[in-house]
Amino acid sequence: MAESDNIIVETAEKIFADLADPQTINNDRKDSWQAPLWQALSESGLTLSWVPDDLGGSGASLADGFALLNAAGRFAVAVPLAETMLAGWLLTQAKITSPEGEMTVLPASPRDRITLDANGALSGRARGVPFAKAAKHFAVLAHGKDGASIALVDAAKARIEAGLNVGYDHSDTVTLDKVQPVAIKPAPKGFDQTNLMLMGGVARSLQIAGALESMLDISVRYSNERVAFEKKISKFQAVQHNLARLAGESAAALAAATSAADAIANAKSFDDEVYLEAASAKIRCAEAAEKGGAIAHQVHGAIGFTMEHILHRYSLRALAWRDDFGSESHWAVELGKLVASRGADELWPLVASR
Amino acid sequence: MTAALRFDPIRLPEKCEQLRKEVRAFLAEEIAAGTFDPHKPNREDIDAPEFSRRVGAKGWLGMTWPKKYGGQERSFLERYVVTEEMRVANAPTRRFFVADRQSGPVLLKYAPEHIKMDILPRICRGEICFAIGMSEPNSGSDLFAAKTRATKTDGGYLINGTKIWTSSAHIADYMIAIFRTSPPTKENRRHGLTQFLVKMKQPGIQVNPIGQITGQYEFNEVVFTDFFVPDDHVLGEVDGAWKQATSELAYERSGPERFLETYYVLTELVRAVGPNPDTRSAEGIGRLVAQLHTMRRMSVSVAGMLEAGKEPVVEASIVKDIGTVWEQQLPHRVRDLAAFVEETATNRETLERQLDFAIKTAPKLTIQGGTTEVLRGIIARGLGLR
Ligand SMILES: Cc1cc2nc3c(=O)[nH]c(=O)nc-3n(C[C@H](O)[C@H](O)[C@H](O)COP(=O)(O)OP(=O)(O)OC[C@H]3O[C@@H](n4cnc5c(N)ncnc54)[C@H](O)[C@@H]3O)c2cc1C
Repeated sequence: MAESDNIIVETAEKIFADLADPQTINNDRKDSWQAPLWQALSESGLTLSWVPDDLGGSGASLADGFALLNAAGRFAVAVPLAETMLAGWLLTQAKITSPEGEMTVLPASPRDRITLDANGALSGRARGVPFAKAAKHFAVLAHGKDGASIALVDAAKARIEAGLNVGYDHSDTVTLDKVQPVAIKPAPKGFDQTNLMLMGGVARSLQIAGALESMLDISVRYSNERVAFEKKISKFQAVQHNLARLAGESAAALAAATSAADAIANAKSFDDEVYLEAASAKIRCAEAAEKGGAIAHQVHGAIGFTMEHILHRYSLRALAWRDDFGSESHWAVELGKLVASRGADELWPLVASR
Repeated sequence: MTAALRFDPIRLPEKCEQLRKEVRAFLAEEIAAGTFDPHKPNREDIDAPEFSRRVGAKGWLGMTWPKKYGGQERSFLERYVVTEEMRVANAPTRRFFVADRQSGPVLLKYAPEHIKMDILPRICRGEICFAIGMSEPNSGSDLFAAKTRATKTDGGYLINGTKIWTSSAHIADYMIAIFRTSPPTKENRRHGLTQFLVKMKQPGIQVNPIGQITGQYEFNEVVFTDFFVPDDHVLGEVDGAWKQATSELAYERSGPERFLETYYVLTELVRAVGPNPDTRSAEGIGRLVAQLHTMRRMSVSVAGMLEAGKEPVVEASIVKDIGTVWEQQLPHRVRDLAAFVEETATNRETLERQLDFAIKTAPKLTIQGGTTEVLRGIIARGLGLR
């Protein structure tokens, strides 16, 4: 599936194929692949794709960065690439230069809040922060008396309780207790936590879609190899129909995610239409992760339920990514409220506006 | 391989949005004039010949066809916008929709010039109605089991046999049908069917209405007895209809009509729930809107592929599979969510009446135009499994 016409995606796919092959990674119980992979990604500038040159990054377009995240999803990449990209993007909103090394963003849930006090110190707790344990810096969105600010925080200044998500990746609780940031600036006018959550949600949607593309790939391949009752299982109509449904879920996830990415890349602001696109993508991709992942496991039988097999690298990560930056339940409630407040006769105009 | 399943995020160009405004304004006028009631899907006025003519006069039929046949040479994306606005407004499109979507394009491709010059402009003016004669009593999903015979005679063919489930045959002026011109061969069981243009309302054709579980009469049994079809009404290759049938499918299967047939219950639910929904209603509506939005983006994307001259058969099948399963579940989900709607909601009665009808309609949605099972077979073939 490497036929991208995009130099950034091509570079990334080559690095992933060389250093993050899911089977090799899966066999490596000591995670010794992580450091070389991270080094290759950061040396090629991919980790700071969304940061312009003058702020320390490589200045790729939003669209290219989203395509890169979709590719990362296809390899179920388990280093803080998406997180560092998002952190760089957030810092860039306030023209703060991005440092080198792993980063992640706070908060990662719409329910958590970081506050800024009169002395310029940050306090608050953020749960489910992806890769906080691995991060050297946090990009933080904080709220103070004068509105939202964006800050760069040294991770060593925070208290981190390590946790694991359903996909065995770090998902940690970060507590800031009157922490002085390395840098802090007001967020641009109108920029709020919802924008950050929508952006993070679209990043996760593209990763989920990528994982589903790979689940479809390996499931089709497996069904053409596995023999039962003296036939390849791909010849059974029930199996074919399951795979057709998986193809549908994968296609729907990719369509929703790429449409939302395209909307953000071309929008002047985070308006209602971007909201519709981004919230829909997170909802639909999460639903696809659930339905599609179940089918991929069904097709693989017992072998797919083992740690030795690579399927869980995609399926569990796709399920875990549902929780970051607002779950599908969260966005469904918010989108439902938006639709209701605009009224019945505005529903179709909203949908048709895209 | 999965690369084939990319649905690029096509955006509708500005001229489509201009057109959308015109269509909305036109429909609002028609509603105000009492042509149809957008809140009443189960109306009796489903066949509205005067409305068809007015749509034709607007230039919204045969929009993509050459001007010399009465068309407008506009894009598939513009046609897409007209279709979805008609559908969402619940406009009475029965009389013209099949001709516009399917029959016209078949004639454009396979009919002789004098027939195109005669019929296509009348479709564009909204004057004539078409039916599709594929299914037979023992041949539905398995189209190639069709038996209705076309026997060669002087200057044409004699037709004997029965078509069934033929939508709109009772009001149709023409039917495009497949008949058996030779037996299947050993090598190819699809061989031997030919596509014909049939002029309805002639001796030798008997149309028997069949009631549906909604209480409506929309499809029919059509019995042919020594019915004569002239030679110049053969469409395309004799015995080769199977080659022609598949390219029609992408048009039939991916349009907005494939997920919007029960859409009206969603609007009505939003109305009933009001501006301050409880969490349960808000979540339910949010999910349904996200699903709808995603399907629509996929469907628009397929329209873009058609515009680019591609034949997205697998993609169209995916849209129809997901879309029809969704529109089938929609009334049931809305019913769930409406369980706690206040007694005082002003549109409560409308919602209940709509739900009653949508629930009765739902079973057909995954059958008409190719069953879910058949579609999944096509998708599986696209995945290289068969
Ligand atoms: C409202 C409505 C309008 C219609 N309008 C028209 C029309 O205008 N013109 C027209 O020609 N037809 C029309 N049809 C007919 C429609 O195209 C057929 O009903 C459809 O193709 C299925 O055929 P069938 O009803 O004979 O069912 P069958 O083919 O008998 O199928 C019964 C069940 O068996 C399943 N099945 C059959 N074969 C397979 C297989 N190989 N693998 C797995 N499952 C299989 C089917 O999926 C279905 O679930 C209409 C149908 C409806 C409901």
